[in-house]
Amino acid sequence: MSLHERLASWSEDELGVTGRVLDVVRAPAPVLSTVGADVDPTAQDVVQLAADLVATMRVSPGCVGLAAPQVGVSARVFCVDVSAHPKTQRHHGTFVLCNATVVEASRNEKSREGCMSVPDFTGDVKRATRLVVHGALPGTGESVTVEANAFEARALQHEIDHCAGLLFLDRAAGAHAIYARKTYL
Amino acid sequence: MTLHAITVLGHDRPGIIAETTGKLAGLGLNLEDSTMTLLRGHFAMMLICAGEAPGADIEAALAPLSEDGRLTVSVREVPAGTAAAGISGTSWVLTVHGADRPGIVSRIVGELAAVGGNVTDLTTRLAGDLYLLVAEVDLPAGVDAAAVEAALAAAGTELGVGVTLRGAEADDL
Repeated sequence: MSLHERLASWSEDELGVTGRVLDVVRAPAPVLSTVGADVDPTAQDVVQLAADLVATMRVSPGCVGLAAPQVGVSARVFCVDVSAHPKTQRHHGTFVLCNATVVEASRNEKSREGCMSVPDFTGDVKRATRLVVHGALPGTGESVTVEANAFEARALQHEIDHCAGLLFLDRAAGAHAIYARKTYL
Repeated sequence: MTLHAITVLGHDRPGIIAETTGKLAGLGLNLEDSTMTLLRGHFAMMLICAGEAPGADIEAALAPLSEDGRLTVSVREVPAGTAAAGISGTSWVLTVHGADRPGIVSRIVGELAAVGGNVTDLTTRLAGDLYLLVAEVDLPAGVDAAAVEAALAAAGTELGVGVTLRGAEADDL
């Protein structure tokens, strides 16, 4: 797996706007089950949304990613930053992708996931640990194709699912794969 | 060799399983299948055990569990070999989540029953206003899974909940 240098060097400073901390919506909010709209990554409201997502992620303890539907906006935009997570192998730091799609996915592994929008449950979900994702950077609109592995791959799939109106609950591995959360971040 | 179905329900506290299974072991009974969970904080255990002890002896042995009135124990003989009527078909995982309201389970699983689908495992949970159902489902061979998915989606729309039906994956190693 090769690191995408452009993505790895990206930071929210490039957006040129100050991110606002937004409220995170919780299931069963309908926006979380709605397929997000494609966006123009160069549009000013998308640039602001990107900055807001990063700002909201930053102030949320343990948060490694946040998608637009989680702040009430039905759009295909999300941010991730898995750099501080112990399960992370290689990573690209903080970045935001618009209109992202999975190009390749392989080597599924099951692991326990949680979500700020589903604070009372965690669940076992099988996800690819090798992933290729295509998307666009907010602001410049540059097209990027990024290879991700391990926990960054899981985070990307979780956020791409949010943009498609899916929660990790929709991918529960079985009837006993959802657990009541006992400790909160 | 007879099979007995035993249920223990009621106020949760440490030691219920240890006491129950200790009594059963003392009667020479073997635990075949069992499940235990907390339902809204209430202890709920069901098990099938095999052995020669008569039901009355099992009831007598377990009677101390219910002495303080906080647990209910039932013992019932069940016939052997009643594995579900051998549906040969496909296995699926069904997820339903959305705002809580009465009738979600009956409406959704009604769609499965209508095509002869068999629910083999099911849990539902309520947290705040979020209702969640996850079930494992066998569909008989020949059933059009896409049509079932469409029917489930329509029922979900009617109820205002999201419904997902996915193939149950088993990786043989």
